[in-house]
Amino acid sequence: MSEPLLQIDGLCKTFHVAKSASGNTRLKALDGISLTVGRGETLGLVGESGCGKSTLARTLMMLETPDAGTVTFEGTNPFRLRGKELLSWRRRVQMVFQDPFASLNARMSAGDIIAEPWATHRSLYPSSREREARVRELLHMVGLRPSDARKSPQEFSGGQRQRIGIARALALNPDVIILDEPVSALDLSVQAQVLNLLNDLQQELGVSYIFISHDLTVVRHVADRVAVMYLGRIIETGDTEDVFDHPRHPYTAALMSASPKLDVTGAKRDRIVLQGELPSPLDPPSGCRFRTRCWKAQDICAEVAPEPRVTTAADATLHLAECHFPLESVRGLTGAIAASG
Amino acid sequence: MKTAAQTMLTGQPRASDVVLSVRDLAVDIRTHRGTVRAVNGVGFEARAGETLALLGESGCGKSITAKALAGIMDPVCDLADGEIVLNGTDLAALTPKERLKFAGPELGIVFQDALTALNPVYTVGTQLGEAFRIHRGLSAKEAKAEAIELMKRVGIPEPESRVNSYPHQFSGGMRQRILIAMAVALNPRLLIADEPTTALDVTVQAQIMQLLRKLREEGQMAVVLITHDLAVVAEEADSVSVMYAGNVVESGPVSEVFSDPRHPYTKGLLESVPVHVERGAHLKSIAGSPPELHDIPAGCVYQSRCPLVQDICRAERPRLLPVNGSSAVVQTGAEDDDGDNGLGADAGLDGGNYAGNFAGTRPPRPGRVAACHFSKELNNV
Repeated sequence: MSEPLLQIDGLCKTFHVAKSASGNTRLKALDGISLTVGRGETLGLVGESGCGKSTLARTLMMLETPDAGTVTFEGTNPFRLRGKELLSWRRRVQMVFQDPFASLNARMSAGDIIAEPWATHRSLYPSSREREARVRELLHMVGLRPSDARKSPQEFSGGQRQRIGIARALALNPDVIILDEPVSALDLSVQAQVLNLLNDLQQELGVSYIFISHDLTVVRHVADRVAVMYLGRIIETGDTEDVFDHPRHPYTAALMSASPKLDVTGAKRDRIVLQGELPSPLDPPSGCRFRTRCWKAQDICAEVAPEPRVTTAADATLHLAECHFPLESVRGLTGAIAASG
Repeated sequence: MKTAAQTMLTGQPRASDVVLSVRDLAVDIRTHRGTVRAVNGVGFEARAGETLALLGESGCGKSITAKALAGIMDPVCDLADGEIVLNGTDLAALTPKERLKFAGPELGIVFQDALTALNPVYTVGTQLGEAFRIHRGLSAKEAKAEAIELMKRVGIPEPESRVNSYPHQFSGGMRQRILIAMAVALNPRLLIADEPTTALDVTVQAQIMQLLRKLREEGQMAVVLITHDLAVVAEEADSVSVMYAGNVVESGPVSEVFSDPRHPYTKGLLESVPVHVERGAHLKSIAGSPPELHDIPAGCVYQSRCPLVQDICRAERPRLLPVNGSSAVVQTGAEDDDGDNGLGADAGLDGGNYAGNFAGTRPPRPGRVAACHFSKELNNV
């Protein structure tokens, strides 16, 4: 793995909510998240809605303050920074949002949208001539025409709008871009264009991506490593191919299995269909969080929360899974399908 | 389940019966900038116990087609032309009042967004029982009992207590189940599912698709599945009609269309999905974007994005013509390796004698069609 740029250790975030059915008011959105992101690397973050993906993204953007745990970015903890240091740190982590129709201000031109971050970070491009030149350059980088700078967002298609969103994120020359479902609102033919663009930009600029998506096919294509989240915890992480081909955590296996596959042979395959839904994060199950939907659950799963354990011995890459009874490679997956009926 | 069982006994449909036959369907939308044709001469057939997928990107007219079938188009839309024959009755020729009799007993529809499709101020029991009160004349009490049966049928836990809950008290997956329950309440012959799982997580999506399959088999319903997701089509549908800018550009059995696309748009879509591609490698994408409905070009609708475009494509709109999967063509496909296993076992589709293979076992059905001047040359792209 490349040199870690961003290191997250034991990150916790609890929200206080109005009284729930069980009387619990503490919602643990993040419950001890540990992750690393290398320079120029793409980390895929997958999980169902409500698992904490977006809270994690917001915390990394410093839009939420964690209750516990540390974020280390090139040796410094951004939550300790103040004033100018904080400002210059904020420049380095940027975000691209899911909905290209909601995330661009309809009253601004595309050029003004891209240039807006420089209103805060004035030192970056001090003269208006530099700013204009840079806007043209950014538009070119994301595959739009320089003349598009004067158009307003509604004159663009969804894919073009997402390109503007990407140009805005690139305006501050960040080291990390958090992509929150960047292509899920786009049509398939346009989605491929944007994925290609993101890939080209990463090659060119060496920027790291945290790629949040529910589309496992897309994650498999873009991510170097993947982290699977369930109810505020990362239950499995490892090299993308390793996790996809040999999932160790039953939840990962079920998630892979539930995701529809484009198989041109038309052969119908067996699959794990999980019963039930995600438990409320207000009342997570005791012990292992997944045990209420897991077909391998035993008594110990209700009592002891599993620690992350290394499941790949031969390979140098780290493959961690939080499970008392991790699946064994491919054999485990077929066994799991048989067991779940 | 009493009523369900009764209906199933009386009108026992046979597999492969044509339940719905749509011909030359055309829908106009009146806009500020003039009338546009959103659906242009669309035709397809849906058969009992089978799923037909209408596949296309946003704006291609697939949802308007669904609404036209159900007779619930927006006021700015007009049915301009065509037949919608459901069990021998042409719905397009009926008055809106006459059509009401079909909504429920003959035809059910499931929408994408279950929260907006359900009425927030009525309990789900009231909404589920509505069909029984209106079409069967049951009392409120009897209708509630039927509603509980329905909730059991679609797998909602503790139906006796939850029947009095409001839509917002259910999760997204449960709401979708309620919507499906409403659609199948009177055991319709045709179920239209408009992006039924798009807003749901994959594990819940798998549950809902499993439920739809189960209901389809129980009632031998014909299902028209509207989706933009190629993988869902590959897994759930028997046949597919690919739509682009209001036109069907290709249709046929899913296994054939996906293993050997005969329209450049279908081929482009299939190649846009990142499967069988090395990680991070460049994806083939379709350049440009679909044409505005206000200026659909003369000639082929796909001409502005097509790698094969020639002068004839700009002058003359290709008609949907049969493409015979001659063995030579099938064998040279790029996906040949994947294509062999499933196809042969399915129906012997890889041979040239397509109609002949079907003759003995099933009633003859329209084979594959594609609207492209150069569908034969497609392999060379």
